[in-house]
Amino acid sequence: MKGIIELQMWQVAVAYIFIVILLFIVRTRGIPREKEILVASLRMTLQLVLTGYILAYIFNNSHPLYTLLAISVMEAFAIYNTYKRVKTPLSPRLREIIAVSMVTGTLASLFYFLLVVVRISPWYDPRYVIPIAGMLIGNSMTGISLGVSRLVDGMRTQQHLVEAALMLGATPGAASKQIVNASFDAAILPTINSMVGMGIVFLPGMMTGQILSGVSPLTAIEYQIAIMLGILGSVALTVVMSVQLGYKTFFNEECQLDLQ
Amino acid sequence: MFCLRGVRYRDILDIERLEIPEGKVTCIVGESGSGKTTLLRLLNKLISYDNGEIVYKGRSLKDIDSVELRRRVVMLPQTPPIFPGTVRDNLLIGLVFSEKPLVGEEKLLEIMEMVHLDKGLDEDAEKLSGGEKQRLALGRVLLMDPEVFLLDEPSSALDEDTEEVVIGSLVKYAGERGKTVVMVTHSKQVARSFSDKIVEINHGRVVSR
Ligand SMILES: Nc1ncnc2c1ncn2[C@@H]1O[C@H](COP(=O)(O)OP(=O)(O)OP(=O)(O)O)[C@@H](O)[C@H]1O
Ligand SMILES: [Mg+2]
Repeated sequence: MKGIIELQMWQVAVAYIFIVILLFIVRTRGIPREKEILVASLRMTLQLVLTGYILAYIFNNSHPLYTLLAISVMEAFAIYNTYKRVKTPLSPRLREIIAVSMVTGTLASLFYFLLVVVRISPWYDPRYVIPIAGMLIGNSMTGISLGVSRLVDGMRTQQHLVEAALMLGATPGAASKQIVNASFDAAILPTINSMVGMGIVFLPGMMTGQILSGVSPLTAIEYQIAIMLGILGSVALTVVMSVQLGYKTFFNEECQLDLQ
Repeated sequence: MFCLRGVRYRDILDIERLEIPEGKVTCIVGESGSGKTTLLRLLNKLISYDNGEIVYKGRSLKDIDSVELRRRVVMLPQTPPIFPGTVRDNLLIGLVFSEKPLVGEEKLLEIMEMVHLDKGLDEDAEKLSGGEKQRLALGRVLLMDPEVFLLDEPSSALDEDTEEVVIGSLVKYAGERGKTVVMVTHSKQVARSFSDKIVEINHGRVVSR
Protein backbone atom coordinates (compact mmCIF):
# COMPACT_ATOMS: atom_id res chain seq x y z
CA MET A 1 0.00 0.00 0.00
CA LYS A 2 1.17 3.50 -0.82
CA GLY A 3 1.17 6.11 1.91
CA ILE A 4 -0.47 9.49 1.44
CA ILE A 5 1.26 12.34 -0.44
CA GLU A 6 2.49 14.80 2.16
CA LEU A 7 1.21 18.28 1.38
CA GLN A 8 3.79 21.08 1.46
CA MET A 9 2.92 24.40 3.06
CA TRP A 10 2.75 26.13 -0.32
CA GLN A 11 0.40 23.47 -1.66
CA VAL A 12 -2.05 24.19 1.15
CA ALA A 13 -1.67 27.89 0.50
CA VAL A 14 -2.62 27.40 -3.14
CA ALA A 15 -5.92 25.85 -1.99
CA TYR A 16 -6.92 29.20 -0.52
CA ILE A 17 -7.61 30.27 -4.09
CA PHE A 18 -11.11 28.91 -3.51
CA ILE A 19 -11.70 31.47 -0.77
CA VAL A 20 -10.45 34.19 -3.08
CA ILE A 21 -12.91 33.06 -5.75
CA LEU A 22 -15.76 33.11 -3.24
CA LEU A 23 -14.79 36.57 -2.01
CA PHE A 24 -14.68 37.79 -5.58
CA ILE A 25 -18.17 36.45 -6.26
CA VAL A 26 -19.79 37.99 -3.19
CA ARG A 27 -18.03 41.30 -3.72
CA THR A 28 -19.06 41.70 -7.37
CA ARG A 29 -22.63 40.72 -6.52
CA GLY A 30 -22.74 42.99 -3.52
CA ILE A 31 -23.68 40.25 -1.06
CA PRO A 32 -22.64 41.45 2.39
CA ARG A 33 -20.93 38.29 3.59
CA GLU A 34 -17.21 39.05 3.21
CA LYS A 35 -16.57 39.43 6.89
CA GLU A 36 -18.16 36.11 7.81
CA ILE A 37 -16.25 34.30 5.06
CA LEU A 38 -12.95 35.74 6.22
CA VAL A 39 -13.64 35.02 9.86
CA ALA A 40 -14.76 31.47 9.04
CA SER A 41 -11.66 30.72 6.96
CA LEU A 42 -9.41 32.15 9.60
CA ARG A 43 -11.10 30.25 12.40
CA MET A 44 -11.06 27.01 10.46
CA THR A 45 -7.35 27.39 9.77
CA LEU A 46 -6.33 28.33 13.29
CA GLN A 47 -8.54 25.76 14.99
CA LEU A 48 -7.33 22.95 12.77
CA VAL A 49 -3.66 23.87 13.11
CA LEU A 50 -4.05 24.00 16.86
CA THR A 51 -5.95 20.70 16.94
CA GLY A 52 -3.31 19.13 14.72
CA TYR A 53 -0.54 20.02 17.11
CA ILE A 54 -2.51 18.97 20.16
CA LEU A 55 -3.45 15.62 18.62
CA ALA A 56 0.12 15.00 17.49
CA TYR A 57 1.26 15.63 21.04
CA ILE A 58 -1.40 13.39 22.57
CA PHE A 59 -0.72 10.57 20.09
CA ASN A 60 2.98 10.64 20.88
CA ASN A 61 2.46 10.81 24.62
CA SER A 62 -0.53 8.56 24.96
CA HIS A 63 -1.95 8.68 28.50
CA PRO A 64 -5.46 7.98 29.82
CA LEU A 65 -5.67 11.46 31.34
CA TYR A 66 -5.02 13.15 28.00
CA THR A 67 -7.70 11.06 26.32
CA LEU A 68 -10.21 11.82 29.05
CA LEU A 69 -9.34 15.49 28.92
CA ALA A 70 -9.89 15.55 25.16
CA ILE A 71 -13.30 13.88 25.56
CA SER A 72 -14.26 16.34 28.30
CA VAL A 73 -13.38 19.31 26.10
CA MET A 74 -15.46 17.89 23.25
CA GLU A 75 -18.43 17.22 25.54
CA ALA A 76 -18.25 20.68 27.07
CA PHE A 77 -18.07 22.30 23.67
CA ALA A 78 -20.98 20.22 22.37
CA ILE A 79 -23.16 21.10 25.36
CA TYR A 80 -22.33 24.78 25.07
CA ASN A 81 -23.03 24.69 21.36
CA THR A 82 -26.39 23.01 21.91
CA TYR A 83 -27.43 25.81 24.28
CA LYS A 84 -26.49 28.32 21.61
CA ARG A 85 -28.24 26.50 18.78
CA VAL A 86 -31.57 26.23 20.54
CA LYS A 87 -32.87 29.73 19.93
CA THR A 88 -35.43 29.87 22.72
CA PRO A 89 -34.40 30.47 26.34
CA LEU A 90 -33.81 27.23 28.25
CA SER A 91 -34.68 26.68 31.89
CA PRO A 92 -31.80 25.71 34.21
CA ARG A 93 -33.40 22.29 34.69
CA LEU A 94 -33.55 21.70 30.94
CA ARG A 95 -29.92 22.76 30.55
CA GLU A 96 -28.98 20.22 33.17
CA ILE A 97 -30.88 17.51 31.33
CA ILE A 98 -29.23 18.37 28.03
CA ALA A 99 -25.80 18.08 29.65
CA VAL A 100 -26.56 14.82 31.40
CA SER A 101 -28.11 13.24 28.30
CA MET A 102 -25.21 14.33 26.12
CA VAL A 103 -22.55 12.95 28.44
CA THR A 104 -24.16 9.65 29.41
CA GLY A 105 -25.58 8.89 25.95
CA THR A 106 -22.35 9.54 24.06
CA LEU A 107 -20.08 7.89 26.62
CA ALA A 108 -22.21 4.75 26.78
CA SER A 109 -22.21 4.33 23.01
CA LEU A 110 -18.55 5.37 22.71
CA PHE A 111 -17.27 2.77 25.12
CA TYR A 112 -19.56 0.09 23.78
CA PHE A 113 -18.22 0.85 20.33
CA LEU A 114 -14.57 0.92 21.35
CA LEU A 115 -14.49 -1.95 23.78
CA VAL A 116 -17.08 -4.34 22.38
CA VAL A 117 -17.12 -3.61 18.63
CA VAL A 118 -13.58 -2.50 17.74
CA ARG A 119 -11.94 -3.97 20.86
CA ILE A 120 -9.10 -1.49 21.13
CA SER A 121 -6.33 -1.89 23.62
CA PRO A 122 -5.35 -0.03 25.69
CA TRP A 123 -8.85 1.37 26.28
CA TYR A 124 -7.63 4.96 26.02
CA ASP A 125 -5.71 4.63 22.73
CA PRO A 126 -6.16 8.24 21.53
CA ARG A 127 -5.80 7.36 17.84
CA TYR A 128 -9.16 5.55 18.07
CA VAL A 129 -10.91 7.19 20.99
CA ILE A 130 -10.59 10.81 19.96
CA PRO A 131 -11.80 10.72 16.34
CA ILE A 132 -14.62 8.32 17.13
CA ALA A 133 -15.69 10.33 20.17
CA GLY A 134 -15.68 13.39 17.92
CA MET A 135 -18.05 11.79 15.44
CA LEU A 136 -20.45 10.46 18.06
CA ILE A 137 -20.50 13.68 20.06
CA GLY A 138 -20.82 15.89 16.99
CA ASN A 139 -23.79 13.99 15.59
CA SER A 140 -25.45 13.74 18.99
CA MET A 141 -25.08 17.49 19.38
CA THR A 142 -27.00 18.06 16.17
CA GLY A 143 -29.62 15.57 17.30
CA ILE A 144 -30.16 17.07 20.73
CA SER A 145 -30.28 20.61 19.33
CA LEU A 146 -33.01 19.60 16.91
CA GLY A 147 -34.91 17.53 19.43
CA VAL A 148 -34.88 20.12 22.19
CA SER A 149 -35.76 22.96 19.79
CA ARG A 150 -38.77 21.03 18.63
CA LEU A 151 -39.74 20.15 22.17
CA VAL A 152 -39.61 23.73 23.46
CA ASP A 153 -41.32 24.99 20.36
CA GLY A 154 -44.03 22.32 20.50
CA MET A 155 -44.76 23.01 24.16
CA ARG A 156 -45.23 26.69 23.41
CA THR A 157 -47.21 26.50 20.19
CA GLN A 158 -49.39 23.61 21.34
CA GLN A 159 -49.81 24.85 24.87
CA HIS A 160 -53.59 24.93 24.58
CA LEU A 161 -53.76 21.29 23.47
CA VAL A 162 -51.44 20.16 26.25
CA GLU A 163 -53.56 22.03 28.79
CA ALA A 164 -56.74 20.69 27.24
CA ALA A 165 -55.40 17.17 27.70
CA LEU A 166 -54.55 17.91 31.34
CA MET A 167 -58.08 19.23 31.92
CA LEU A 168 -59.38 15.87 30.75
CA GLY A 169 -57.26 14.07 33.32
CA ALA A 170 -54.23 13.21 31.22
CA THR A 171 -50.90 12.61 32.93
CA PRO A 172 -48.21 15.08 31.84
CA GLY A 173 -46.63 12.23 29.86
CA ALA A 174 -49.81 11.48 27.93
CA ALA A 175 -50.52 15.17 27.39
CA SER A 176 -47.13 15.77 25.76
CA LYS A 177 -46.69 12.40 24.05
CA GLN A 178 -47.31 13.75 20.54
CA ILE A 179 -44.83 16.57 21.01
CA VAL A 180 -42.18 14.31 22.52
CA ASN A 181 -42.53 11.79 19.69
CA ALA A 182 -42.42 14.47 17.00
CA SER A 183 -39.28 15.93 18.58
CA PHE A 184 -37.56 12.57 18.70
CA ASP A 185 -38.53 11.89 15.10
CA ALA A 186 -37.26 15.26 13.88
CA ALA A 187 -33.99 14.72 15.71
CA ILE A 188 -33.10 11.33 14.29
CA LEU A 189 -34.36 11.97 10.77
CA PRO A 190 -31.16 13.67 9.49
CA THR A 191 -29.08 10.69 10.64
CA ILE A 192 -31.43 8.24 8.94
CA ASN A 193 -31.42 10.32 5.76
CA SER A 194 -27.64 10.43 5.69
CA MET A 195 -27.57 6.63 5.86
CA VAL A 196 -29.82 6.43 2.81
CA GLY A 197 -27.46 8.46 0.60
CA MET A 198 -24.28 7.03 1.98
CA GLY A 199 -21.82 5.58 -0.52
CA ILE A 200 -23.83 6.76 -3.52
CA VAL A 201 -24.44 10.44 -3.08
CA PHE A 202 -21.34 11.04 -1.00
CA LEU A 203 -18.44 9.27 0.59
CA PRO A 204 -18.37 9.96 4.31
CA GLY A 205 -15.43 11.92 5.68
CA MET A 206 -13.96 9.17 7.77
CA MET A 207 -13.99 6.68 4.93
CA THR A 208 -12.49 9.22 2.54
CA GLY A 209 -9.73 9.91 5.03
CA GLN A 210 -8.94 6.25 5.50
CA ILE A 211 -8.85 5.61 1.76
CA LEU A 212 -6.58 8.61 1.19
CA SER A 213 -4.18 7.34 3.81
CA GLY A 214 -3.88 4.02 2.03
CA VAL A 215 -6.37 1.80 3.81
CA SER A 216 -8.21 -0.66 1.57
CA PRO A 217 -11.72 0.53 0.68
CA LEU A 218 -13.06 -2.75 2.04
CA THR A 219 -11.60 -2.08 5.47
CA ALA A 220 -12.75 1.52 5.21
CA ILE A 221 -16.36 0.53 4.59
CA GLU A 222 -16.30 -1.89 7.49
CA TYR A 223 -15.33 0.96 9.75
CA GLN A 224 -17.81 3.26 8.11
CA ILE A 225 -20.70 0.85 8.59
CA ALA A 226 -19.75 0.25 12.19
CA ILE A 227 -19.35 3.93 12.96
CA MET A 228 -22.62 4.79 11.25
CA LEU A 229 -24.42 2.32 13.49
CA GLY A 230 -22.56 3.76 16.46
CA ILE A 231 -23.63 7.26 15.49
CA LEU A 232 -27.24 6.17 15.10
CA GLY A 233 -27.15 4.54 18.51
CA SER A 234 -25.55 7.53 20.16
CA VAL A 235 -27.96 10.01 18.57
CA ALA A 236 -30.98 7.89 19.48
CA LEU A 237 -29.81 7.43 23.06
CA THR A 238 -28.95 11.07 23.74
CA VAL A 239 -32.09 12.38 22.03
CA VAL A 240 -34.49 10.00 23.72
CA MET A 241 -33.00 10.87 27.10
CA SER A 242 -33.15 14.59 26.52
CA VAL A 243 -36.76 14.70 25.28
CA GLN A 244 -38.07 12.06 27.64
CA LEU A 245 -36.58 13.82 30.67
CA GLY A 246 -36.98 17.23 29.07
CA TYR A 247 -40.75 17.33 28.74
CA LYS A 248 -41.07 16.90 32.50
CA THR A 249 -39.43 20.27 33.08
CA PHE A 250 -42.53 21.91 31.61
CA PHE A 251 -44.73 20.60 34.42
CA ASN A 252 -44.64 21.28 38.14
CA GLU A 253 -45.28 18.73 40.88
CA GLU A 254 -49.02 19.50 40.74
CA CYS A 255 -49.01 18.33 37.09
CA GLN A 256 -49.65 21.88 35.92
CA LEU A 257 -48.15 23.29 32.75
CA ASP A 258 -45.40 25.67 33.80
CA LEU A 259 -43.79 27.53 30.92
CA GLN A 260 -42.30 30.23 33.17
CA MET B 1 -69.58 19.94 46.48
CA PHE B 2 -67.00 22.69 46.25
CA CYS B 3 -66.50 25.10 49.06
CA LEU B 4 -64.16 28.08 48.71
CA ARG B 5 -62.97 30.17 51.63
CA GLY B 6 -60.73 33.21 51.41
CA VAL B 7 -59.33 32.04 48.10
CA ARG B 8 -56.87 34.38 46.41
CA TYR B 9 -55.09 33.89 43.14
CA ARG B 10 -52.50 36.55 42.30
CA ASP B 11 -54.39 39.81 41.99
CA ILE B 12 -56.97 38.20 39.73
CA LEU B 13 -59.33 36.43 42.12
CA ASP B 14 -60.28 37.17 45.70
CA ILE B 15 -63.19 35.01 46.81
CA GLU B 16 -64.37 35.42 50.38
CA ARG B 17 -66.82 32.55 50.36
CA LEU B 18 -68.46 30.44 47.68
CA GLU B 19 -70.41 27.18 47.77
CA ILE B 20 -71.09 25.12 44.70
CA PRO B 21 -73.96 22.72 45.39
CA GLU B 22 -73.80 19.05 44.45
CA GLY B 23 -76.07 17.75 41.71
CA LYS B 24 -77.09 21.26 40.67
CA VAL B 25 -76.37 23.58 37.77
CA THR B 26 -74.38 26.63 38.82
CA CYS B 27 -73.93 29.41 36.28
CA ILE B 28 -71.06 31.82 36.54
CA VAL B 29 -71.59 35.20 34.95
CA GLY B 30 -69.63 38.43 34.87
CA GLU B 31 -68.02 40.80 32.46
CA SER B 32 -65.07 39.87 30.31
CA GLY B 33 -61.82 39.71 32.25
CA SER B 34 -63.54 39.41 35.61
CA GLY B 35 -61.94 36.03 36.41
CA LYS B 36 -64.51 33.40 35.44
CA THR B 37 -62.10 31.21 33.49
CA THR B 38 -59.53 31.58 36.25
CA LEU B 39 -62.08 30.28 38.76
CA LEU B 40 -62.77 27.16 36.68
CA ARG B 41 -59.05 26.54 36.25
CA LEU B 42 -58.65 26.66 40.03
CA LEU B 43 -61.42 24.11 40.49
CA ASN B 44 -59.78 21.82 37.91
CA LYS B 45 -56.42 22.34 39.67
CA LEU B 46 -54.86 23.57 36.49
CA ILE B 47 -53.54 26.41 38.63
CA SER B 48 -53.06 26.56 42.40
CA TYR B 49 -54.43 29.28 44.65
CA ASP B 50 -52.07 31.34 46.78
CA ASN B 51 -54.21 31.70 49.89
CA GLY B 52 -57.29 30.25 51.50
CA GLU B 53 -58.79 26.88 50.82
CA ILE B 54 -60.86 25.03 48.27
CA VAL B 55 -62.54 21.90 49.55
CA TYR B 56 -63.97 19.25 47.26
CA LYS B 57 -66.23 16.68 48.94
CA GLY B 58 -64.68 17.42 52.29
CA ARG B 59 -61.08 17.16 51.12
CA SER B 60 -58.79 20.08 50.48
CA LEU B 61 -57.72 20.33 46.84
CA LYS B 62 -54.14 20.45 48.08
CA ASP B 63 -54.54 16.88 49.33
CA ILE B 64 -56.08 15.47 46.15
CA ASP B 65 -53.81 14.27 43.38
CA SER B 66 -54.20 16.65 40.41
CA VAL B 67 -54.67 13.97 37.78
CA GLU B 68 -57.14 12.04 39.90
CA LEU B 69 -59.14 15.22 40.57
CA ARG B 70 -59.24 16.19 36.89
CA ARG B 71 -60.62 12.77 36.00
CA ARG B 72 -63.54 13.40 38.35
CA VAL B 73 -63.86 17.14 37.74
CA VAL B 74 -63.45 17.60 34.00
CA MET B 75 -63.05 20.99 32.40
CA LEU B 76 -64.04 22.14 28.94
CA PRO B 77 -61.98 25.19 27.97
CA GLN B 78 -63.30 28.37 26.36
CA THR B 79 -61.78 27.65 22.95
CA PRO B 80 -62.78 24.09 22.09
CA PRO B 81 -59.62 21.99 21.73
CA ILE B 82 -59.48 19.83 18.61
CA PHE B 83 -56.83 17.13 18.46
CA PRO B 84 -55.45 15.87 15.15
CA GLY B 85 -57.66 13.07 13.80
CA THR B 86 -61.27 12.25 13.09
CA VAL B 87 -64.45 13.13 14.96
CA ARG B 88 -64.31 9.67 16.50
CA ASP B 89 -60.73 10.14 17.72
CA ASN B 90 -61.69 13.44 19.22
CA LEU B 91 -64.66 12.01 21.08
CA LEU B 92 -62.66 9.09 22.44
CA ILE B 93 -59.56 11.02 23.40
CA GLY B 94 -61.02 12.08 26.74
CA LEU B 95 -61.44 8.42 27.69
CA VAL B 96 -57.93 7.69 26.46
CA PHE B 97 -56.39 10.54 28.47
CA SER B 98 -58.29 9.63 31.62
CA GLU B 99 -57.52 5.92 31.13
CA LYS B 100 -61.17 4.90 31.13
CA PRO B 101 -62.52 2.01 29.06
CA LEU B 102 -63.44 2.97 25.49
CA VAL B 103 -67.03 2.80 24.28
CA GLY B 104 -68.69 1.40 21.16
CA GLU B 105 -70.12 3.07 18.08
CA GLU B 106 -73.63 3.16 19.50
CA LYS B 107 -72.66 5.24 22.51
CA LEU B 108 -70.74 7.65 20.29
CA LEU B 109 -73.76 8.19 18.07
CA GLU B 110 -75.95 8.74 21.11
CA ILE B 111 -73.59 11.45 22.36
CA MET B 112 -73.45 13.06 18.91
CA GLU B 113 -77.20 13.28 18.96
CA MET B 114 -77.18 14.78 22.45
CA VAL B 115 -74.91 17.61 21.36
CA HIS B 116 -76.81 17.96 18.10
CA LEU B 117 -73.85 17.18 15.90
CA ASP B 118 -74.86 15.74 12.57
CA LYS B 119 -71.50 14.63 11.19
CA GLY B 120 -69.83 11.37 10.25
CA LEU B 121 -67.60 9.80 12.88
CA ASP B 122 -64.81 9.46 10.33
CA GLU B 123 -64.73 13.05 9.19
CA ASP B 124 -61.63 15.13 9.81
CA ALA B 125 -62.34 17.08 12.99
CA GLU B 126 -60.20 20.00 11.86
CA LYS B 127 -62.68 20.69 9.04
CA LEU B 128 -65.67 21.27 11.33
CA SER B 129 -67.09 24.76 11.80
CA GLY B 130 -66.44 26.69 15.01
CA GLY B 131 -69.80 25.79 16.51
CA GLU B 132 -69.44 22.16 15.49
CA LYS B 133 -66.04 21.98 17.15
CA GLN B 134 -67.57 23.39 20.28
CA ARG B 135 -70.25 20.71 20.33
CA LEU B 136 -67.68 18.02 19.56
CA ALA B 137 -65.59 19.13 22.54
CA LEU B 138 -68.72 19.12 24.71
CA GLY B 139 -69.58 15.61 23.52
CA ARG B 140 -66.11 14.49 24.50
CA VAL B 141 -66.52 15.54 28.13
CA LEU B 142 -70.05 14.13 28.31
CA LEU B 143 -68.67 10.78 27.21
CA MET B 144 -66.23 10.81 30.11
CA ASP B 145 -69.09 10.74 32.59
CA PRO B 146 -67.31 12.68 35.37
CA GLU B 147 -68.76 13.80 38.71
CA VAL B 148 -68.48 17.47 37.87
CA PHE B 149 -68.56 19.30 34.54
CA LEU B 150 -66.69 22.60 34.46
CA LEU B 151 -67.84 24.23 31.23
CA ASP B 152 -66.32 27.50 30.05
CA GLU B 153 -68.83 29.13 27.74
CA PRO B 154 -69.90 25.87 26.13
CA SER B 155 -72.38 27.55 23.80
CA SER B 156 -70.63 30.79 22.86
CA ALA B 157 -70.38 29.84 19.18
CA LEU B 158 -73.93 28.49 18.85
CA ASP B 159 -77.06 30.23 17.62
CA GLU B 160 -79.81 30.69 20.17
CA ASP B 161 -81.92 27.74 19.09
CA THR B 162 -79.04 25.27 18.99
CA GLU B 163 -77.81 26.64 22.29
CA GLU B 164 -81.19 26.02 23.87
CA VAL B 165 -81.31 22.43 22.60
CA VAL B 166 -77.71 21.51 23.42
CA ILE B 167 -77.58 23.06 26.88
CA GLY B 168 -81.06 21.68 27.53
CA SER B 169 -80.03 18.11 26.81
CA LEU B 170 -76.82 18.59 28.78
CA VAL B 171 -78.73 19.80 31.83
CA LYS B 172 -81.24 17.01 31.50
CA TYR B 173 -78.47 14.42 31.26
CA ALA B 174 -76.73 15.86 34.32
CA GLY B 175 -79.98 16.03 36.28
CA GLU B 176 -80.85 12.40 35.60
CA ARG B 177 -77.49 11.22 36.81
CA GLY B 178 -77.04 13.60 39.72
CA LYS B 179 -74.04 15.33 38.12
CA THR B 180 -72.82 18.73 39.14
CA VAL B 181 -72.49 21.37 36.41
CA VAL B 182 -70.55 24.61 36.72
CA MET B 183 -71.03 26.67 33.61
CA VAL B 184 -69.62 30.03 32.62
CA THR B 185 -72.00 31.79 30.29
CA HIS B 186 -72.57 35.16 28.72
CA SER B 187 -76.11 34.24 27.80
CA LYS B 188 -78.72 35.68 30.15
CA GLN B 189 -81.17 33.29 28.54
CA VAL B 190 -79.14 30.21 29.49
CA ALA B 191 -78.47 31.45 33.00
CA ARG B 192 -82.13 32.22 33.56
CA SER B 193 -83.66 29.04 32.19
CA PHE B 194 -81.16 26.38 33.27
CA SER B 195 -79.40 27.38 36.45
CA ASP B 196 -80.18 26.43 40.01
CA LYS B 197 -77.71 29.00 41.26
CA ILE B 198 -76.13 32.04 39.64
CA VAL B 199 -72.77 33.38 40.78
CA GLU B 200 -71.73 36.77 39.52
CA ILE B 201 -68.09 37.71 39.47
CA ASN B 202 -66.89 41.27 39.24
CA HIS B 203 -63.22 42.19 39.24
CA GLY B 204 -62.31 38.87 40.82
CA ARG B 205 -64.88 39.06 43.61
CA VAL B 206 -68.16 37.29 44.05
CA VAL B 207 -71.00 39.78 43.97
CA SER B 208 -73.79 39.02 46.38
CA ARG B 209 -77.17 39.13 44.76
N1 LIG C 1 -51.79 33.34 33.39
C1 LIG C 1 -52.17 34.62 33.56
N2 LIG C 1 -51.22 35.55 33.84
C2 LIG C 1 -51.56 36.83 34.03
N3 LIG C 1 -52.82 37.29 33.97
C3 LIG C 1 -53.79 36.41 33.71
C4 LIG C 1 -53.52 35.03 33.49
N4 LIG C 1 -54.68 34.39 33.25
C5 LIG C 1 -55.63 35.34 33.30
N5 LIG C 1 -55.12 36.55 33.58
C6 LIG C 1 -55.85 37.82 33.75
O1 LIG C 1 -56.85 37.61 34.71
C7 LIG C 1 -58.04 38.29 34.37
C8 LIG C 1 -59.20 37.32 34.36
O2 LIG C 1 -59.05 36.42 33.28
P1 LIG C 1 -60.12 35.31 32.96
O3 LIG C 1 -59.67 34.57 31.76
O4 LIG C 1 -60.39 34.53 34.18
O5 LIG C 1 -61.38 36.21 32.59
P2 LIG C 1 -62.84 35.76 32.14
O6 LIG C 1 -63.76 36.24 33.18
O7 LIG C 1 -62.85 34.33 31.81
O8 LIG C 1 -63.03 36.64 30.83
P3 LIG C 1 -63.76 36.26 29.45
O9 LIG C 1 -65.22 36.38 29.68
O10 LIG C 1 -63.27 37.29 28.50
O11 LIG C 1 -63.34 34.88 29.08
C9 LIG C 1 -57.78 38.95 33.02
O12 LIG C 1 -57.48 40.30 33.25
C10 LIG C 1 -56.59 38.22 32.49
O13 LIG C 1 -55.80 39.08 31.70
MG1 LIG D 1 -62.99 33.25 30.13
